[in-house]
Amino acid sequence: MREISLHILDIVQNSIAAGATRVVIGAEADNNRDLLHIYIKDNGRGMSPEMIEKVRSPFCTTRTTRKVGLGIPMLVAASEMCEGGVQIRSEPGKGTEIEATFRLSHIDRMPFGDIISTIISLVAANPELDIRYEQTVNGELFCLDMADVRRELGDVPIQSPPVLGWLKDYLNEGIGQIGTIP
Amino acid sequence: MKTLEDLKKIREQTLQAMKVREGEHNCKVVVAMGTCGIASGAREVMAAILDELEKNSVTDVTVTQSGCKGLCDREPTVDVIKSGEAPITYGFVTPEKARTIVTGHIINGQIQGEWVVATQE
Repeated sequence: MREISLHILDIVQNSIAAGATRVVIGAEADNNRDLLHIYIKDNGRGMSPEMIEKVRSPFCTTRTTRKVGLGIPMLVAASEMCEGGVQIRSEPGKGTEIEATFRLSHIDRMPFGDIISTIISLVAANPELDIRYEQTVNGELFCLDMADVRRELGDVPIQSPPVLGWLKDYLNEGIGQIGTIP
Repeated sequence: MKTLEDLKKIREQTLQAMKVREGEHNCKVVVAMGTCGIASGAREVMAAILDELEKNSVTDVTVTQSGCKGLCDREPTVDVIKSGEAPITYGFVTPEKARTIVTGHIINGQIQGEWVVATQE
């Protein structure tokens, strides 16, 4: 993966596969603490304590087409390389929360990347999923909840091109105001 | 400045446009977005497909994502599933190829034979 935003897209795919109907995606950058904090919370089927132990291994996967699963192991590697780490909290039937931390200024930290493209892909491909995106830069918060967007839209599909166009502009402006994460 | 209020206007315009276009293409496009797909560029492929559909004012094509389906060595892959036809899987798709698949196959019905990596009967 070349961007943290691609890791986010990948981790959310796990939430979707776990039957989640709501996913909260967050990114928090703080220059004073020199910290980049990413979190993904879902209400999917969750994991047992044994499964939480196992998912850090590339030889654990829920899919049936291959015997390896690289999503979480690659995120673990990327964060540990930058003096950070990955925390996983999960409860069967309740959902899963994955957190990854990075030292913001670490020379090996990959760029945060194109988060807007990640969100647009997720919204377009999963119109029924309630996605909330939160970005905090040095204490200033921007957030957008697809539940609010859907309420305004009524019976117009959220994935229709004019809505996606609006979404892109809205995210661009909102994130521009609080500051993009490098 | 964009606001949530804008969505009301978009809603009215889109509802009118949808009525005109409904049922013309009747097609589903699936971009594989497992770790393998994402690492090889599936997000950019998805963006290109959405953009090309918008450019051609196509509103009745469903674009969705799937997980890994075992074609990791041929990612990014895109399935085009037209109603009444066998699903076609394209492999090694780039944003440029994706645009050609939209205009060639989805809109004009021409399967882009040299990029097909799997078909299902």
